[in-house]
Amino acid sequence: MSETIPAGSVGVVTPQIAKCDTPFAFANGIALSSHELVYETYGELNSTGDNAVLICHALSGSHHAAGFHAGDDRRPGWWDLAIGPGKPIDTERLFVVCSNNLGCCDGSSGPNTINPDTGKPWGGQFPQPQVQDWVRSQKWLAEHLGISRWAAVMGGSLGGMQALQWAIDFPEWVEHCVALAAAPGLTAQNIAFNEIARHAILSDPDWHGGDYLAAGALPTRGVALARMVGHLTYMSADGMSDRFGRELRENSFAPDDNAERVFQVESYLRHQGSRFSTQFDANTYVLMTRALDLFDLAGEHGGDLTAALSNAQANFLVASFSSDWRFPPQRSVEIRDALMAAGKSVTYANIETDNGHDGFLLPNSHYEQLLSEWMRRVGPS
Amino acid sequence: MTRLDLNTVLGWITPGSRVLDLGCGDGAFLARLRDERDTSGVGVDIDPDNLITSVSKGLDVIQEDINDGLHCFSTNGFDVVVLAHALQELTHPHIALQRMVDIGNEAVVSFPNFGHWLCRLHLGLKGRMPMSRAMPRQWYDTPNIHFCTVKDFESLCSELDIDIIERATIAGPAQRLLGRWLPNLFASSAIYRIRRAGT
Repeated sequence: MSETIPAGSVGVVTPQIAKCDTPFAFANGIALSSHELVYETYGELNSTGDNAVLICHALSGSHHAAGFHAGDDRRPGWWDLAIGPGKPIDTERLFVVCSNNLGCCDGSSGPNTINPDTGKPWGGQFPQPQVQDWVRSQKWLAEHLGISRWAAVMGGSLGGMQALQWAIDFPEWVEHCVALAAAPGLTAQNIAFNEIARHAILSDPDWHGGDYLAAGALPTRGVALARMVGHLTYMSADGMSDRFGRELRENSFAPDDNAERVFQVESYLRHQGSRFSTQFDANTYVLMTRALDLFDLAGEHGGDLTAALSNAQANFLVASFSSDWRFPPQRSVEIRDALMAAGKSVTYANIETDNGHDGFLLPNSHYEQLLSEWMRRVGPS
Repeated sequence: MTRLDLNTVLGWITPGSRVLDLGCGDGAFLARLRDERDTSGVGVDIDPDNLITSVSKGLDVIQEDINDGLHCFSTNGFDVVVLAHALQELTHPHIALQRMVDIGNEAVVSFPNFGHWLCRLHLGLKGRMPMSRAMPRQWYDTPNIHFCTVKDFESLCSELDIDIIERATIAGPAQRLLGRWLPNLFASSAIYRIRRAGT
């Protein structure tokens, strides 16, 4: 097994489950009598407890941020690029925690788990979570793990928004905050793309009002289409041209017949959609996109972002990715400027890349160096 | 900024000040200010390698073009705003100066003096745009697009209602006294401590 684990990897990791037997009330008033959170940790919590870092995942992410679940796993966790011994989030120094958000589908209580009151899957009945709910639920997990303060809370996209919410909701808990490819709230265009994704899922004949599991069905066509639309917004036009151009899929072009000619980009999107449609829960996709739509960092302060961030005590790293058109650099600049106006310590970078919104997940030497150098200020020196 | 410039500016910064360094480069100056003057500071630079080097020194840095990025800093947000040897590279030096004295209670500006006798000699006798060790690039590919002299700068300050608090000049070893006496002719560069008039 050891031959297959690359250097700099946290190696094989085992997810853990924390069971919360006290009621948890969502912001919308609905409560769970009990719930479970699945999470992974990398590195060791030190005796002074000042080296804990929380990673928040994005829309389709999970608690599996780094390493492998088995030695022969083909793909490591979603942020393996950044987490590991000697990597920017150095597990030789830091204790890293990543949990699956409540309402997701990778093991934490969510639409695909059993509702203890009915003995059936929650399905469409699972409460709508919001970002501040996830923050409160992660605070419970932190206390459960014996952590009383995060040396850093960090994430990209929705995860970056969650990190910012942490810094606002529990200022004394967050010493450093990293928000990558984030935004203070969604634009009408962002919400519109999410609505197209939801519409695809809800109009799938196998949706069954969200109770497809009970009906023994899966709305895979809807989820695949939702993913194709979503995935498109994560890539940049230049990045797609470089990667696919107008190339046709091998063997898809025969001059003498009328066989379908499939462009590489079509084939890629179909593959992404179909793989995702069997791995990701449709209800979760609906809940996650709605949570994104509802996210509004300045919401409780009448739209005044500076006022919203004024109680934060963290030092901030805000980074955007030049070709990101889902949450473009300008959205990060809004966060940066509000932080500066509120007198906070902030570093801002706009990483030059063709990788689009996915830039925070993909290799880029400036990005990795910046994160590495900035992270040296996190945790005990 | 040369070591000499740096020492001069260091002496002008009150310990504990909040400093904004525009075009902070590798962050060496801000780091020295922090270590020797106990300042808290923010650097601004557009170059990603400079950004990373500055971050590695534990500094806060904003990646931004100082030509159009100064609006993001609040009025009176800093004690001192520093612009070292970059005035001549700006698209609109007068707008930047005005903004600097709004953002900071004081500003420190340094620039190469185009009125220096060697520059005049170069232009006057050779009839060519001056080049020197400090200004090694040809006119068509130099980042220095807005050269000025000591006199030009002081007259702009007066037009913009900017008070000059202090001036220091840099001159070659043989011309140090002359540089103080006739700065427009003998100073190779000049450093100014300025503020909004009436403050």
